[in-house]
Amino acid sequence: MLPAIDVTRVCKHFGTVCALADIDLKIQAGEFFALLGPNGAGKTTLINIIAGLALADKGSVSVMGHDVISQYTQTRQSLGVVPQELVFDPFFTVRETLVIQSGYYGIKNNNAWIDEIIHRLALDDKADQNMRTLSGGMKRRVLVAQALVHKPPVIILDEPTAGVDVELRQSLWHFIQQLNKEGHTIVLTTHYLQEAEALCNRVAILKQGRMVALDSMQNLIGCVTAGNTIRLKLSSEQLPIALQSLQICYNNGVHDLKIDNYNHIASILTALRDADIQVLEMQLLQPDLEDVFVEIMHENEKERI
Amino acid sequence: MIGFLTLLYKEFLRFWKVGVQTVLAPIVSTLLYLLVFYHVMEAHVEVYPDVAYTIFLVPGLVMMAVIQNAFANASSSMIQSKVSGNIVFVLLSPLSYREIFFAYILASIARGLMVGAGVYIIALMFFDIPLRLPLWALLFVVMGSGLLGALGVIAGIWAEKFDQLAAFQNFIIMPLTFLSGVFYSIHSLPSVWQTMSHLNPFFYMIDGFRYGFFGVSDISPYVSFTIVAAFFIAVSMLAIRILKSGYKLRY
Ligand SMILES: Nc1ncnc2c1ncn2[C@@H]1O[C@H](COP(=O)(O)OP(=O)(O)O)[C@@H](O)[C@H]1O
Ligand SMILES: [Mg+2]
Repeated sequence: MLPAIDVTRVCKHFGTVCALADIDLKIQAGEFFALLGPNGAGKTTLINIIAGLALADKGSVSVMGHDVISQYTQTRQSLGVVPQELVFDPFFTVRETLVIQSGYYGIKNNNAWIDEIIHRLALDDKADQNMRTLSGGMKRRVLVAQALVHKPPVIILDEPTAGVDVELRQSLWHFIQQLNKEGHTIVLTTHYLQEAEALCNRVAILKQGRMVALDSMQNLIGCVTAGNTIRLKLSSEQLPIALQSLQICYNNGVHDLKIDNYNHIASILTALRDADIQVLEMQLLQPDLEDVFVEIMHENEKERI
Repeated sequence: MIGFLTLLYKEFLRFWKVGVQTVLAPIVSTLLYLLVFYHVMEAHVEVYPDVAYTIFLVPGLVMMAVIQNAFANASSSMIQSKVSGNIVFVLLSPLSYREIFFAYILASIARGLMVGAGVYIIALMFFDIPLRLPLWALLFVVMGSGLLGALGVIAGIWAEKFDQLAAFQNFIIMPLTFLSGVFYSIHSLPSVWQTMSHLNPFFYMIDGFRYGFFGVSDISPYVSFTIVAAFFIAVSMLAIRILKSGYKLRY
């Protein structure tokens, strides 16, 4: 099957800054894909090249099998993009904005769908307000609505939850998840790694314009060398000798110990009891996307040195 | 087609929603010119036989208003969308470059004609202004406003700040307008200036437009038509190319 998005050897420079270096990326139809990386990694630049807002120096991009430059009519019809910047047209109300946006995509009577997205994004009571009068979070929702007016098969969201409160973030993710279940391909960037972990099935991590990881969420988290960790608050600052080799770190009276598997916990507890040390608090830490992220960012630093 | 009509409608609404500033204000300021010139000049000048100066002046002022507003419409719409960032909604859409171009200039033509018609109709209440060949007049006013709309698109794309746009307007559009024979027939100028005026495309717009009113002009309306049409097509093609290249719009 043709990938929903196919990025081939894309490079982009801004003066001497290399924003994207030789990026290859295939995203299959139906995926829920996270594009992660620190600020300035090149995520927005890559999204903008896919959307046709930026032009690659080298390489090619296709969306649903069409080239984004030579067949832009088809690719833009297939894409719904939520831009990172909070942009809006101050001349219009929310509903007018959505009617006009539908028209750009050649859709004339879109009121039923517009009503539905207004409702699903909880914009009902703002529908006839001028865009200028909306708060940032509301404007963000309108941007999401605008990206959906033409029911695009591929939806790209560039930091859709930046500056959005918790409740709205959850309802937004819920909505996007639903869209994914309905068959839309979703690509998003976010700095909330826990959210990405909960939602996405595959991840690419960019760093300074390079792709430093590209894998399923499970594999990425599975290969974190940190493994599982047990965090203990003990009645003694000193660990029994037998356990000292397991210690990862110690601060504020809390020991982090590395464990290979859950059976390991029993032997740790036995060793503590034998040494007459009481466990005051215990917490099991599993590696998450954040660990992957930190580890990958670190690895690369070492490489460069 | 729906996409194009939507963008046209949006561009139309953009100035119509603030019509007091974009249509009414230029009508009033143009009529002020007319009032002042009427009182000061009426007794002194007669450009064409049997055409009083004020009557001669009206088509020139109408065209000046049309030129300025057609240019202002396309250029300010473009730069506002760029600066505020909402141009991305158009850039993300499947609208073709030609559709974008024609939507912008048709809205500019509409505003130009509304302002021009306003000036003309109000002037008619006070003066008896002939309109001998209305189709010629219409032809020139449409091409003139289209040409200025296309220039406005280019200037709006090129300018990154409002003062750059103001410079384009003050150093290019205004001088070309004032030196094109809005206020006089170029036959009343020294011969060096007459020659210079022939290099100014705006001169042919105004001369041809005036021909539609009085049936007389400094040069043949066919020549004027050819020259204005050539400029219109050349500038339009340039504007479409610029849009297509992504210059200053797609980075
Ligand atoms: N229009 C631009 N002009 C110059 N440099 C840019 C431009 N856009 C992005 N950059 C640079 O490219 C790099 C990647 O930026 P960006 O794609 O916005 O990163 P991210 O979205 O991952 O935070 C950064 O170093 C940024 O400064
Ligand atoms: Mg970004």
